[in-house]
Amino acid sequence: MTVDVKEIAKLANLARINIEDDMANDVADSIGRILKLVDQLQQADTEGVEPMSHPMDAEQHLRADKVTEANQRDSLQACAPAVEKGLFLVPKVID
Amino acid sequence: MHKLTIAQLSQRLRDKDFSSVELTQHFLDRIQSLDSRYNSFISVCPEQALADAASADQRLAEGDHNPLCGIPIAHKDLFCTAGVKTSCGSKMLDNFIPPYNAAIVDNCIEAGAVMLGKTNMDEFAMGSSNENSFYGPSKNPWNTDCVPGGSSGGSAAAVAAQLAVATSASDTGGSIRQPASFCGVTGLKPTYGRVSRWGMVAYASSLDQAGPITKTAEDAALMLNVLASHDQRDSTSINRDKPDYSQNLSDSIEGLKIGLPKEYFGEGLDPEVAQLIEAAIKEYESMGASIKEISLPHTHLAVPAYYVIAPAECSANLSRFDGVRYGHRCEEPKDLEDLYKRSRAEGFGEEVKRRILVGTYALSAGYYDAYYRKAQQVRRLIKNDFDKVFSEVDVIAGPTAPSPAFELGSKTKDPTAMYLEDIYTLPTNLAGLPGISIPCGLTGNGKPVGLQLTGHYFQEAKLLNVAHQYQQQTDFHQLSAPDID
Repeated sequence: MTVDVKEIAKLANLARINIEDDMANDVADSIGRILKLVDQLQQADTEGVEPMSHPMDAEQHLRADKVTEANQRDSLQACAPAVEKGLFLVPKVID
Repeated sequence: MHKLTIAQLSQRLRDKDFSSVELTQHFLDRIQSLDSRYNSFISVCPEQALADAASADQRLAEGDHNPLCGIPIAHKDLFCTAGVKTSCGSKMLDNFIPPYNAAIVDNCIEAGAVMLGKTNMDEFAMGSSNENSFYGPSKNPWNTDCVPGGSSGGSAAAVAAQLAVATSASDTGGSIRQPASFCGVTGLKPTYGRVSRWGMVAYASSLDQAGPITKTAEDAALMLNVLASHDQRDSTSINRDKPDYSQNLSDSIEGLKIGLPKEYFGEGLDPEVAQLIEAAIKEYESMGASIKEISLPHTHLAVPAYYVIAPAECSANLSRFDGVRYGHRCEEPKDLEDLYKRSRAEGFGEEVKRRILVGTYALSAGYYDAYYRKAQQVRRLIKNDFDKVFSEVDVIAGPTAPSPAFELGSKTKDPTAMYLEDIYTLPTNLAGLPGISIPCGLTGNGKPVGLQLTGHYFQEAKLLNVAHQYQQQTDFHQLSAPDID
């Protein structure tokens, strides 16, 4: 499996990561190698095998729908890059 | 003092041979004078450590019984520590000071352990050599031209260089066991769900598991007694009684059935590593264990399955790093999309970006069944192989890694060359089983080699017993790196 530069641009957009044009070929090459490695999976006969998402097939346990955490907005926002009046600041989204 | 184990130090503290403050100061001095060679710490916290030690001395004076009370340890830098930078080895979190502690950090505080600092690691635990750290690679104390392994390279190097008595670490595909093997120390990866993941920065959530790196199996048991807990805040934490992991260490292993998977002794295994592993197996035979050849026929599919599942989960987990709520934010973003894209491009290193892109590919429309679903099916085949084998044997033994520590820079060109480093450790994570790496000798040029033991679900006490018995008969775990006085 190989991927071309155009496909890398599409993936980079989906993953919201800028990939500079001069890096795109190198990235395409390394991603291509990894996809070639994982393509070995296609040899496996998995007919009728249930996919495994948890080692012990455990189910998520649910807790009672009660408030367990106090509001810690100030301490949680202390490590934010930009905050104003308790809100996270980002560039203007709506004109 | 630094040569002693947790078990020995714990006794000496109670005998009042020295205080925890003296012991802690001794380790802080060692870190300050020696760690420039190994780069095993990202952060050191002398003031907090000495304050912790003073409280531990108080507790010891009042008769505290926890063996970890007053013992200087360090945490891998992906466990959140309130007020202390938790970087995950990444520029993305270089400015991140968590507002809360990871569950295991709280468990250690409750036990009275002293935190010296935070250890170096591959960025977001992605790597097998520690070369993917934003803070530069940690070096192997046995040979500083070589890597310490990864991703918990700093945790293993710090114990091997005797800069901490023990460390916490995490293992998603071998990240506790492989560096333990490379650095000649003991590393235990517990059963998936045994140790809470709360406050451990997530990489691949269905595989991540925290555990200890120590000098001995006995110490690993003491650490696991503190690290393991059921935690409602981690939805995959298993609610199951926790045994005393130290209780069965001295049991005889007469009649123990050890399985040797033929797939772990084939092509790609370094001949010197093979020899040392065979010698370790002979040692077990002389101790009364019986050896049986077994087969884990889907082993060759573990690397490809892992490199779909782990990147897919990481691409989802790492979407939280968006430059908005915490972590790195780019300068003067022109709009929100630019903010996301440049913050992530600047904050993440190459390997992390690679895995996010591979994961994005595997999960994208049209590819999901061919990659992610297929990998999850193969994962079950791998688990089924283990289930079958564990009806015939008690533990599985083999090499932890195909080779001893390699030179810095020797595997950085082709990412897939590095991925094959984890060929013997990945299957354990995919199945969710516990595994331990213990030192079993040195190669001709003085590099440590680790023996890997794998047990059935929740058989940590058995693994620790089997490892401890070996360490009663051999002294490989007592060897220290040549420059360590």
